[in-house]
Amino acid sequence: MTPLDHKLLRDLWRLKGQAVAIGLVIAVGVLVLVMMTGLVSSLTNTRDAYYQRYRLADVFAPAVRAPQHLVRDLMAIPGVAAAEGRITGGALIDLPEQKLPLQARAISLPDFGAPRLNDIYLTDGRRPDGGHTDEILLLRDFAVINNLHPGDTLSATMNGARRIFRIVGLAQSPEFLYATPPGEMAPDDARFAVIWMGHTALSAAYDMKGAFNEALVSLEPQANLEAVLDGVDRLLDPYGGLGAYGLKDQLSNRFISEEINGLQVMSVAIPPIFLGIAAFLLYIVILRMVQAEREQIGLIKAFGYTNAEVATHYFKMILAIAIGGAVAGCLMGIGAGRAMTGLYQLYFKFPFLLFAIEPASLVTGFAISVLAASAGGVFVLRKVFALTPAVAMHPPAPADYSGSGRVTGWLDTFLDQPSRMVLRRLTRHPGQMSGAVIGIAAGMSLSVAMVSLLASFERTLDLTFNTVDRSDLTVTFTHPMSDKTIYELQRIRGVIEVEPARIVPVILRNRLKNYRGALIGLIEKPRLYRAIDDKTAPILLRKDGIILARALAEILDIRPGEMLRVDVLDSHRPKLTIPVAGLSDSLLGSPVYLELSALNLALGQPNRVSGAFLRIDSVYRDAILSKLKGMHAISSVTRKQDTRAAFEKMMDSSSGAMRYVMVAIAAIITFGIVYNSARIAYAERARDLASLQVMGFTKGEVAFVLLGELGVVTLIALPLGAVLGHYLTFAVSKGFSTDLYQIPAVYSPESYGFAAIAVIGSAVVSGWLVKRDIDTADLVSVLKTRE
Amino acid sequence: MTDTTAKPINSFTTSGLTKVYGEGKAQVHALRHVDLEIPKGEIVVLLGPSGSGKSTLLNIIGGLDRATSGTVHFEDQNLTGMTDAQLTSYRRDNVGFVFQFYNLMPSLTARENVELVTEIASNPMEPDEALALVGLHDRIHHFPAQLSGGEQQRVAIARAVAKQPKVLFCDEPTGALDSLTGRAVLNVLKDVNEKLGATVLIVTHAAATAAMADRVIYFADGNIREVVENKVKLAPEKIEW
Repeated sequence: MTPLDHKLLRDLWRLKGQAVAIGLVIAVGVLVLVMMTGLVSSLTNTRDAYYQRYRLADVFAPAVRAPQHLVRDLMAIPGVAAAEGRITGGALIDLPEQKLPLQARAISLPDFGAPRLNDIYLTDGRRPDGGHTDEILLLRDFAVINNLHPGDTLSATMNGARRIFRIVGLAQSPEFLYATPPGEMAPDDARFAVIWMGHTALSAAYDMKGAFNEALVSLEPQANLEAVLDGVDRLLDPYGGLGAYGLKDQLSNRFISEEINGLQVMSVAIPPIFLGIAAFLLYIVILRMVQAEREQIGLIKAFGYTNAEVATHYFKMILAIAIGGAVAGCLMGIGAGRAMTGLYQLYFKFPFLLFAIEPASLVTGFAISVLAASAGGVFVLRKVFALTPAVAMHPPAPADYSGSGRVTGWLDTFLDQPSRMVLRRLTRHPGQMSGAVIGIAAGMSLSVAMVSLLASFERTLDLTFNTVDRSDLTVTFTHPMSDKTIYELQRIRGVIEVEPARIVPVILRNRLKNYRGALIGLIEKPRLYRAIDDKTAPILLRKDGIILARALAEILDIRPGEMLRVDVLDSHRPKLTIPVAGLSDSLLGSPVYLELSALNLALGQPNRVSGAFLRIDSVYRDAILSKLKGMHAISSVTRKQDTRAAFEKMMDSSSGAMRYVMVAIAAIITFGIVYNSARIAYAERARDLASLQVMGFTKGEVAFVLLGELGVVTLIALPLGAVLGHYLTFAVSKGFSTDLYQIPAVYSPESYGFAAIAVIGSAVVSGWLVKRDIDTADLVSVLKTRE
Repeated sequence: MTDTTAKPINSFTTSGLTKVYGEGKAQVHALRHVDLEIPKGEIVVLLGPSGSGKSTLLNIIGGLDRATSGTVHFEDQNLTGMTDAQLTSYRRDNVGFVFQFYNLMPSLTARENVELVTEIASNPMEPDEALALVGLHDRIHHFPAQLSGGEQQRVAIARAVAKQPKVLFCDEPTGALDSLTGRAVLNVLKDVNEKLGATVLIVTHAAATAAMADRVIYFADGNIREVVENKVKLAPEKIEW
């Protein structure tokens, strides 16, 4: 080891606090990169492998009833690799210990062997035998949470008939990677099941002998999706085709894809912030070192070391910190990635999900850490080159403050000497000071945005479950019923209010844009389930036009007053053209509203309802639920509190956890900057401060001179951070919003308060750490050393 | 200099003053049982080679450092057992320091550097008066960067005397200066001694400085080798070095 390397090690030890703080900022940047890219590739690869191994279809085409022989025609469409017809339908599971019937999806499997498309992953037991019509497979996670096992029996209602089935196995499926009860956004293992059973058995239950009601199609590699969708629609149209759609519109796939996209965006957007700040910190730390060591540099050069050798010495220091941070970041990233993978598995039902370290991300993490750190260092190293031995060994003149004296001239009359020192130092290094201010503000804005995001979710929940939906129960019928059914519901003891609804699946089209959704028909002035505007005031529904969710209007690129085409996928499947009458601001889903009687008129089915919203007296809840459970026409009953609980649980754990992590790393940035600024200020001024102590200034007065500067920087950063945070909140809200859910940019005073406390807290801790050094400073040795 | 009626009052009295740095084998005795009396109002020069303990003594009686054993009295106050806060107020009220490297605040002008002290002292003189005393009345609005080495040292002296200290400690005050400027600085110290009656302690390598002192204390190996009272003091401008 060369003497210079010895010096390097000792310098690193001396600067360990700062080196660790900077290393930590780098580490967090790399952590985010490694974790997020690792998660993106783990989720993507596992998803793709899962889809491929279990032959998930590329096209899903529901229909009312299509003859089995049509499958051959589907296969003949150019670009189609395989096709299959299956039967699927809604079912209700009746568990003795549950007050409510639980919703399920029944899906057919071939009587013998595996299906060509959409195979299942058998986790326990065996596949049902086509010869035994009572044998079923149950969705694994539903079975586990409800304590059901192969060999148990299960009572379920299909197409109005109740039957007892025997569970022969448990399964998972790539099409239920993310399984939510119908019409809900958050998965709830306890309340949603999938039942697979033999084709013959299910066709009997749904009266589909020799027919299917959903076609699955897989594509050849070069196939044109749009052309195939058209072909499938044309074939199925005579049989009640409800519009074929590609995998990207399949609900489960959409959720996982949104998640992956979100991760990808963050993996690109966040690391540069951290690495940029680390570069800035390294710049000022190394700059300070070179200034303090100019004599040593001159001496080393005088001995005959070349510029390159001296520069390399300092560069090694930069590299040591950068590489140290990068290694820590990689390790932490892998750890965090593993932990996140566990969380993801709670919501995305993969048969297996291993956190795959993306080797490229490790390399990238290292490379950009070193590059960013070097960028910070290069500016300083130029100064090393510029120092000639003679100049370097001459003691530097006192820092020239004659300029800053004028800057603060008019203020001086009000200030004592210590305050003047604070102010002049701030104005003398405007670059360094604004760097620190901007860095702290950036850290703070990140905190503001992340905490605001938490508030936004609260707001979404509040708005959805308190303002939009004010019912207690939502009831859906097996098929559209006469509106007299509403009176029947109203007569149940304890039901306070009932409001009818008709919900039909639709495809909305505007020029080349289209969207699969549902059209909700409600009474003109609903009380229990309402469309609201941006001021959360209820919107009256119209007979002459639809009210469209704002997010949907953006997707469809349509404005109020323009005509929207609505292809109804129900009844006789009319194709309607309706003007957009207004926009609503719902935050969950993208609803489309029309006045109920107008909808029924358009469908040619007057006085029909498909469901109802109920407000009930909670005293009678159990009696009401058991009454509803016994009504055959009801296909599902959903308690709002269950839906809300599922949503809150999801927010709090998986994506919620991510936001807490973000808040923590925002605090790390702030601390890294504040601590380094304080340390450097102290290093630069140790002698001034010691002189003050010698003159008889108390430790408190001396600390003011040093920490006053830190205080001013922090105080300037606070409002700036708040403003940046405000804009970042908007950007993040927009970035996270999709048509599935919108994240409102919520102004939440507490997020500003929280971020300000985090910044002030970091400043106080940094100040305290540095003040400890002032208290224990060896006055004599500090004063004896030449600057 | 013999007065039998009254004992001369001492600025400092030390007894058995010992300072040990380090522990075990690495122990260094910087001071070994130093007994010393420094009378009020004198110019005292401490001479000795590097490491002889003279600066250590200055630091301890200046309240910057603590003795390992022994006692120090400033007039009738015992400095030995004082807390940090008490030492701070001792320095604040009684002591002025002048260092080899001036230690001015670069961000304050000459006058502001002096005001730094007058703002906290109990009985200060006017800052301009202090600067006039060191002959810098025309450069009071200059920053340290705009002053020469000698001028900076004079500001440092003005700053040290502005509080009207009872003692002025100077550690190598001319160490960084050429001989001409060095003499001018010593002249200022002499003026301060005469006009304010402050006891002036100068630690230096420059043996010639001894000629201007009332008393010269020679240090070697952590102890006093010899104390010489000068019968005749030389004016600083006559000193050769």
